[in-house]
Amino acid sequence: MAEQTSTANAWAANPADLIPPGRKRLGWGLLAAATLVLLAVIVVQILYKTEMSTVGFDTWRPVIYAYILWGIALGAWQVLTRGEEGQRALFLLPALLFTIAMVIFPTLFGFYIALTDWNLSSFAGRRFNGLDNFRQMLADPYYRNALFNMVLYVLAVLVEYVIAFGLALLLNAQIRARKFFRVVFLLPLMLSPVAVSWMVGKSLMEYRFGPAATLARHLGWDNPAFFSDPITARISIMVLDAWTFIPFMMIMLLAGLQAMSREVLEAARVDGATAWQTFWQVTFPLMLPVSVTAVILRIIFKLKLADIIITLTSGGPGGATDSVSSFIYREYRDRSNVGYGTMLAMAYLVIIVVFVTWLLKFASRFVRNVN
Amino acid sequence: MSVQTTDYTVSEIRSPAAFIASRVFIYGALVFWAFVCLFPIYWTITTSFKSAVDVTQGHLIPFVDFAPDWKGWRSLGLSPDSIFQTSTVRDEFFKRFMNSVITSVGASALAIVIGSLAAYGLVRYRYKFAWFKNEDISFFFLSQLILPPVVLALPFLVLYREVALLDTRIGLVLLYTLMVLPIVIWIMRDQFNSIPVELEEAALVDGLSIWGAFFRIVMPIALPGMVAAFILAMVLCWNEYFFAALLTSTDAKTIPVMVASQTGSQGINWWSMAALATAAITPLAIIGVALERYLIMGMTAGSVK
Repeated sequence: MAEQTSTANAWAANPADLIPPGRKRLGWGLLAAATLVLLAVIVVQILYKTEMSTVGFDTWRPVIYAYILWGIALGAWQVLTRGEEGQRALFLLPALLFTIAMVIFPTLFGFYIALTDWNLSSFAGRRFNGLDNFRQMLADPYYRNALFNMVLYVLAVLVEYVIAFGLALLLNAQIRARKFFRVVFLLPLMLSPVAVSWMVGKSLMEYRFGPAATLARHLGWDNPAFFSDPITARISIMVLDAWTFIPFMMIMLLAGLQAMSREVLEAARVDGATAWQTFWQVTFPLMLPVSVTAVILRIIFKLKLADIIITLTSGGPGGATDSVSSFIYREYRDRSNVGYGTMLAMAYLVIIVVFVTWLLKFASRFVRNVN
Repeated sequence: MSVQTTDYTVSEIRSPAAFIASRVFIYGALVFWAFVCLFPIYWTITTSFKSAVDVTQGHLIPFVDFAPDWKGWRSLGLSPDSIFQTSTVRDEFFKRFMNSVITSVGASALAIVIGSLAAYGLVRYRYKFAWFKNEDISFFFLSQLILPPVVLALPFLVLYREVALLDTRIGLVLLYTLMVLPIVIWIMRDQFNSIPVELEEAALVDGLSIWGAFFRIVMPIALPGMVAAFILAMVLCWNEYFFAALLTSTDAKTIPVMVASQTGSQGINWWSMAALATAAITPLAIIGVALERYLIMGMTAGSVK
């Protein structure tokens, strides 16, 4: 393929002119054949599944194979009919076809499921029920509670940011063994949240024997139960999540600090600014773009928070620590309620798309105004 | 892009007393946070050598507080005296471990391949699919980052059952690839942007095709970025719990799911739990220490210009 097209590379004014019509016909033929195969497999499968025909496959998997085949044919068609232009498109096609197949289709399917009454554990099967799930959702106090918790969890990011900034400043100071401290500070990010919630949340913070509880008793807290009343439980979850994710923000902020020009800091010092003034007048404003990126990325990760809550508290006590993800997880795990769970998930998707879009707009305006 | 050491002059410090005070504060804070980071890991590792009494009494220091014992590791079949005996728990553990290895390496590799290609195309060429231009396509890929797993989980549960991918490693690999693809594209775009376009133009003049130029000229230069993206993707996939818990049951269960399901009828066996947790975090802890440079490179890609 490469040899054929090397004659028709960027030098030609219009590479399409140099492609022989036979090659173009071959390309179109291939694409048409593959499309036909894909459509045929889908039609055969639909007929078989709706019991209108006896010929078909047990599962829908052949459709995937047909889709892959169609993707290959699409690539070949691009190269055969468009020459180098097609070779360029080939860079993008695999990722594009993959993402479309894995996101667009399941999401559309999800919107459909969200409008059905479908419990996997009941024999009734799937039944279209319109907006019933939506109405149920609006009246569901637990879902509202989970959304409210998400607001609290997202607000906790600001505290994480302050700590991460402090750590980044420490690592950026003139210290010995910088590499050692950097590796150590990075470690929590590498650890599996599930293992962390077991060994830290359930063991280290255990009410009777955990060292954290013992320490809390020494510090004068008589009854160090970290997960029994709603507010403490929420804070415990936030602390655990912060512990794993602070390194992430810290590393980004550290990179920002190190990319800062030394001259500006020198100038501030020459002008007689104290360290405190230098930080607020120079360092912090200059770090704002990096800070905003770090905080937004962290919020995006925070919106997916689930693992720790699922393993540690299962949302308890009384739903106080539930995140939306963990709530939906239990909606499926405990009640097999696919239809309603999907409606909750889709509503959440809409909410966070709106929220993140607003956040990005707000952040860019904020950065522009300050600088 | 990588984090370098910066040497600050100490001229800003005004008096010896203030200098010492600031040193004490800085090192104190550093040591305190290092303790916060390391103590849970220390606790996990030592607990795997404790017996029940040592756990419930909160003993901390081996040989002083308690006599270390291979108890936790024996229950996994990994202690020196049980390693050569047959052990169903060990077989189970290795099966889960291999599942984790295969899914995380497979997904990271697949994401690197298709993600690098897409990132390269988006950086170097102008596309127009219908009314979608480069910026729209980039945004489409990166916007996947905000998609929470819970949105895809239930539709995938149903779809995977229909295509017989439920509880298979391939199924997990595909989902994990989707999960890390935006991050890979983000890192690789930054990486390819930093390569001067003249190199490829020279290669094209020398008669290489655009794909030849990509493989022979661009890829070797972008290799560190690929390693960085690969490692970051590995970390995310290895620790992933949500999809694995929903979509696997017996065959394709990964280590985090195994860790999460360790509750017996007589409460929790802390020593075996700790041994399992240690085994689950060790591979990444080693990678983190050894390849820290690449991890940092991956995390800071594109954030600092």
